[in-house]
Amino acid sequence: MFNLPEKFEEFSEARRNGFMKAKELKESGGRLAGVFCTYTPLEIFDAANVIPVSLCGMSDETIPAAEVNLPKNLCPLIKSSYGYAVSDKCPYTYFSDIIVGETTCDGKKKMYEMLSELKDTYILHLPQGIDRPYAKDMWKQEIILLKEKLEEKFGIKISDDDVRIAVKNRNKERQIKIRLFEMNKSIPAKSKYLNLHKIVDSLNFSFNRLDDLKKIEETLDEIDREYSKGLRPVSEKDKRILITGCPISGVLDKTIGEIERNGGVVVVMDNCNGIKAAKNMIDENSPDIYEAIANRYMNIACAVMTPNTNRFTQLRELVSEYKVDGVIDVILQSCHPFDVEKYKISKLCKEINVPYLSIETDYSNTDVGQLSTRIQAFIEML
Amino acid sequence: MYIGIDIGSTNAKIACIDRDENIKILLMKKTGFNSKITAKSLLLDAKKKFDESDNIIVATGYGRVSVDFANKTVTEISCHAKGACKIFDKDNLVIIDIGGQDTKIIDVENKTVKDFIMNDKCSAGTGRFLDVMSKTMELTIDEMCKIAEFGGGVKISSLCTVFAESEVISLIGRSEKKENIANAIVMSIVDKVATQTKRIDYKNKTVCLTGGLSEINFIKNALCESLNTDVLADSTGKFAGSIGAALYAKELEAKNEKFT
Repeated sequence: MFNLPEKFEEFSEARRNGFMKAKELKESGGRLAGVFCTYTPLEIFDAANVIPVSLCGMSDETIPAAEVNLPKNLCPLIKSSYGYAVSDKCPYTYFSDIIVGETTCDGKKKMYEMLSELKDTYILHLPQGIDRPYAKDMWKQEIILLKEKLEEKFGIKISDDDVRIAVKNRNKERQIKIRLFEMNKSIPAKSKYLNLHKIVDSLNFSFNRLDDLKKIEETLDEIDREYSKGLRPVSEKDKRILITGCPISGVLDKTIGEIERNGGVVVVMDNCNGIKAAKNMIDENSPDIYEAIANRYMNIACAVMTPNTNRFTQLRELVSEYKVDGVIDVILQSCHPFDVEKYKISKLCKEINVPYLSIETDYSNTDVGQLSTRIQAFIEML
Repeated sequence: MYIGIDIGSTNAKIACIDRDENIKILLMKKTGFNSKITAKSLLLDAKKKFDESDNIIVATGYGRVSVDFANKTVTEISCHAKGACKIFDKDNLVIIDIGGQDTKIIDVENKTVKDFIMNDKCSAGTGRFLDVMSKTMELTIDEMCKIAEFGGGVKISSLCTVFAESEVISLIGRSEKKENIANAIVMSIVDKVATQTKRIDYKNKTVCLTGGLSEINFIKNALCESLNTDVLADSTGKFAGSIGAALYAKELEAKNEKFT
């Protein structure tokens, strides 16, 4: 017998359960890489037999340690991530053989320089936009350099075939993720989004992808089965919310939780935790597999790009595909790219006639009351 | 009787309206430490003035959840919109409400909220800012706003309440005239609120000021000037939230959702 709520909790334990697995992996000679960003070409790690784990800080617990060296007025994700490394509080950071970052926002870029004092840190240079003819080729060269870095670091050889197999597997994984992200296209939505998020987030700390993906598919089957039996975990009256903006792993309860406790349901997120990270497949049959990888990753919409045209096209599509009632733009304090871009996002929402709310928050609990009022008022307004 | 209770961060307000939406009772007291007790005592005070036992109560404001005897809670944004439409007898409004810990600009069309903007995650530009500064100036907020009218020529540049306070202290240390410092303090909040208001298309709408500061002429006039439009205010403006909540209570009965 399947018990979905229990199942969801199991997924949310993935991060903690992974700690022991990371230790075991290291003790048995395995390789671990710490990664941060949706732009990281995971296929290269797979091909190198290196397990990538997410190091994005999600808690304010390590921020005081970070602020010894970092300015206070900086995004909580950057501070928290650095804090974990500098205070040795994150086993994943501790066990990572290498940390791989990208030149995304200025804060992260500079923080990585500081991380390199503590760990072997490698930075990929991300183009600033995709409108230049050389941008995709530049990213391809960067991916090849990463491959060479891993080859040198671990004394291995990565063949094109290794990479091609990895591409196939990751494409399969993306398809499963897309199935999950499309669950709430239906009216009413099939699941509280917080549960869907727990499932997909568990993959950021996966040490056995095939098994974990199978478990996810089974859970999705179960959600579908229950829904077709007429079970409705979400009311038809709940307002359908799209979340956009910054990554929100560190503020889940203040955002998704608050929405779903107050007459709303998140139907889709277009940020790094959401559908954006799964969209677009890599052409498995491309004669140049590196070019195919680069093409896929360069199409990711993020505010670090200028212009960030893809985000606007995507948002437009998602609002209509998911029958969205309202858009909530979540800004982590001091995240300049998304904070500045909210002007254009709010204009777009006006143009397509969907109500828009932006909220600014950090990893502390000091603003729970204020956020709750804003979110409740927004839902009352819809 | 339809009763609205608004537990704000500084003051708690109660409004009672009758079947014909006549405002019967308006009372206010400091929220204090225990908003539950404050809400109860406000209700008791109000009940001394009428003898009806069939009451419907809606609570609003940041302390709305602590009013456990309310039939429903509604956010202060929705309540302000409804209350202000009643006070100013308009269907379309842009409401500026400078509250204790939040400043809200609410765009109202056909008596419902169309959009709203609130201050960033920071207390500058809220009533709390004036509160902190008036204490440093050893004045009440009213006194400070009064003398501000006669000052000018000094500016506070810091956006943060804590740093702005040290700016004020250094102005005091330089023996700057009290009215000039008062002017700088009040104008810094007016500028911030005006900038926020400009994010909403207020040009063809009536702009009004509600909340605890709505009776201070200097703030109202400075906002008029900065926004280049008339700004309405009313002596019942600080009760906008509670009046709106009372109107929600009446709707609740009509919808027969009394006990949801």
